[in-house]
This record gives sequence, structure tokens and C-alpha cells, in this order.
Amino acid sequence: MTEPILKLRRVGKTHGRGAQRVDALVDIDLDVAAGEFVAITGRSGSGKTTLLNIAGALDEPTTGNVWVEGNDLGDLSNNELARIRRVSVGYVFQQFNLLPALTAAENVALPLELDGMEVKEARAYANLSLEEVGLGGMGDRYPDQLSGGEQQRVAIARGLVGPRTLLLADEPTGALDETTGESILKLLRDRCELGASALMVTHEPAFAAWADRVVRLRDGQIEEISVRSTVPSTTADIYS
Amino acid sequence: MYMGIKEGLLALLADGPRHGYQLKLDLEAATGDAVTINVGQVYTTLHRLERDGLVEDGGNDTEGRAVYRITKHGVATVREWVSKPEDLAAAGRDEISIKVLLALFSPGLDPNQVIETQRRATMGLLQDFTQLRARDNDADLAWQLHLDRLMYSAEAELKWLDRVEERLKSAKPSAPAGKTRAVRPAGERVI
Repeated sequence: MTEPILKLRRVGKTHGRGAQRVDALVDIDLDVAAGEFVAITGRSGSGKTTLLNIAGALDEPTTGNVWVEGNDLGDLSNNELARIRRVSVGYVFQQFNLLPALTAAENVALPLELDGMEVKEARAYANLSLEEVGLGGMGDRYPDQLSGGEQQRVAIARGLVGPRTLLLADEPTGALDETTGESILKLLRDRCELGASALMVTHEPAFAAWADRVVRLRDGQIEEISVRSTVPSTTADIYS
Repeated sequence: MYMGIKEGLLALLADGPRHGYQLKLDLEAATGDAVTINVGQVYTTLHRLERDGLVEDGGNDTEGRAVYRITKHGVATVREWVSKPEDLAAAGRDEISIKVLLALFSPGLDPNQVIETQRRATMGLLQDFTQLRARDNDADLAWQLHLDRLMYSAEAELKWLDRVEERLKSAKPSAPAGKTRAVRPAGERVI
């Protein structure tokens, strides 16, 4: 069996000490294979975002190990971690954090340029990514010339720009209407079908249903809810 | 048996006379296959509608099949059916609701187990619907609307199950209002 893109073993996270001690995550084991789309659901405060941050090397676990593309994050230097964050992992978070002085295309190209990619090549990737989120031709606009939903889509395009292997999304469809939200989920699916892996946090069952596997966090622990079956071919399959 | 077959047939006949087999096919197509019936059911229903004066004999088609035509009374009936809101209170009496609610008050039954089992099943179904809708994006409108309906229902059910679980965590169930809870020796299990 090939090595999963993301592997968590006995990952725990504790906040505070003594009487204030809170076990946000307890002994989490989770694999996300290449091409797999996994959704994490659970109530607010269940540790979903903490788990995502740990998977993306934005936060360290108190116990346990995390591997991204076979690299144990605990063994990596800060520079190596920074490179994984810039190159391998795509982040789509609730906050847009767009730089107001840069155009949409410049914002999207930024992570690639920071990593040393030629400006021209980075812009080409940026335009491709903007097209994927339905903002083709709007690359020259500044964030304040875009609606909230469009800004969110620029942030998504930036998170997904370039050939990333692990996509992490935290309620990625927050400010979007239902149809646009679905197009973003479809985009994540398409990327997975091309070989990337995605881990998405959402409290919306309808969004989680786009994933191959739905897991649920409860009391810091993970439980598998549902694995996607092959597409039912006829309606009879549904009603049977 | 689907509750709206009678009305479904009348609605189709309001659009023009048809024979029984055509009605079966049209009803299935119009509802995105939400309704599946056999021809026998169609004819039984047509005979009942004829008896009640809602449809009448429309002669035979070129292949000799009996054609039915809607009457004025039938048109009025279908209009009334369409214009009347459905009683949504029935949704609270479905089997899942009853199962969860009864588990709350039955020693030995674990409502969390009921919730968990149902959540898995419903999430699996919602994943199926989601795949189907993504795949059948260009399919006919009836089928798409029907899928939307199924997806919203599954979503509502999952949200309700989450809600129940959340409430159970913070509250101890009390005996049903107006009833006295059966007193059982501690530890006795019913199931």
C-alpha cells in the first residue's frame, strides 16, 4: 500500500494545565491517501480546526506524530516546515487575509513567487486557479473592488494555486451562496480526482457529503461516520 | 403505496386523455422516478376515479387501448389538491423521530446508539445523493428537483440528530409529560 499523503498517529493536543487542562484532541489516528477527500465534522469546539492546523504544520501536537508526504513534521527544521507549508500544502481558511495593495492575480501568485517561481509562470498558475473558482478575467481587480464572496474565492484560488498535494480547508464555503459553495466543493473533488488529497472541516452535513470519507470529532476523539459508495446507477438503488 | 397516485393521475389527465400504461410512464417520468407503480395499480385507481366521477371513458386509441379523460369534477379536485398546503406536522411522526423519542424514555434503550446508527445511514445516503446530483447535472428538471428534495431532507435529519445529541448531553430526560414513568428495579434491562 502506498504511503498516505497525510498520516496522524496518536496525535493529542492539550490546552492549559492543572484544573484548566483541556484535552482538545486525544490519540487521533488518521490517514488521508492520495486522491482522497476527507471531511471532518463535529460541534464547534470539538477540536476540528486544531486538528486541521496540526495536519498543516501550523500548530504542533502535544503528543504523537504527523507525516506529510512521508516527512515526520517533528523531525523537520523550521525552514523545511516553511517549505512544506508553501509548496505542498494548500490552505483555505475562513479569513481571507488578502493583501489590499495587490490585485487578485498578484495575491494568488504570491505564495508561488515567495517560493522562487518566475513571476510569469506564477501568474499563469494564478490565472488558472482564478478560472477554477469562476473568477477568470477578474485577476486585475483589487480586493476592495470585489464582493465578500469573490474575495473568499480569491483566497480559495490562492490556497489551491500550483501543484499542491495536500489541501486543507476550514469551512471553505462560509460566505458563499449555495451554488457557488458547491462549485468550490466540486473543485476540491476534481483536485482529488487528479491525485491531490483534501481534508476539510465543516459543520454542514451537505458539504461533508462531498467527501469520500466523513469522520466526526467528539470529545477530542475521532469516529468514522460514512464512506462514500460507488455512484448508485439507478433510482431503484436509492429506493431499495 | 404512494399517497398521491390518485392526484398524480388526475394532474396528468388534466393535460390530456391517456391510456393506463402511458399514465404509468408519464407519472414516473414527471416525478423523477420518485413514484414507481405497476399498471395494475394504475387501472385500479382509474376505476375508482371513474366510479367517483373524476374521470370518464374517453374511447379507445388507434391500438384499441382504453383511454381515460378527466371530468370537470376531476379538474376541480386536482386544483384543490395542488392549492392545499401539506400537513408538515406529520414529519414529526416519522419512524426515526419516534424511535429516538421512545429510546429517551425506555430504560435499556440507548438514544445515542439510535442517533449514531441513523447518522451513519443518513450520511451515506446524502453522499449518494450528492454524487448523483453532481453526475446528473444535465438531467431533466424533475429528477434534479427530486434529488434536491431528498438532499434537503437528509440534511435536516442529520442536523436534527446533532441537535438531539447536543441536548441529551446537557439535559437528563424526564418522564413524558402527563405520564408516570414505570418504576423498575435499578439495573433491570428491558432489552
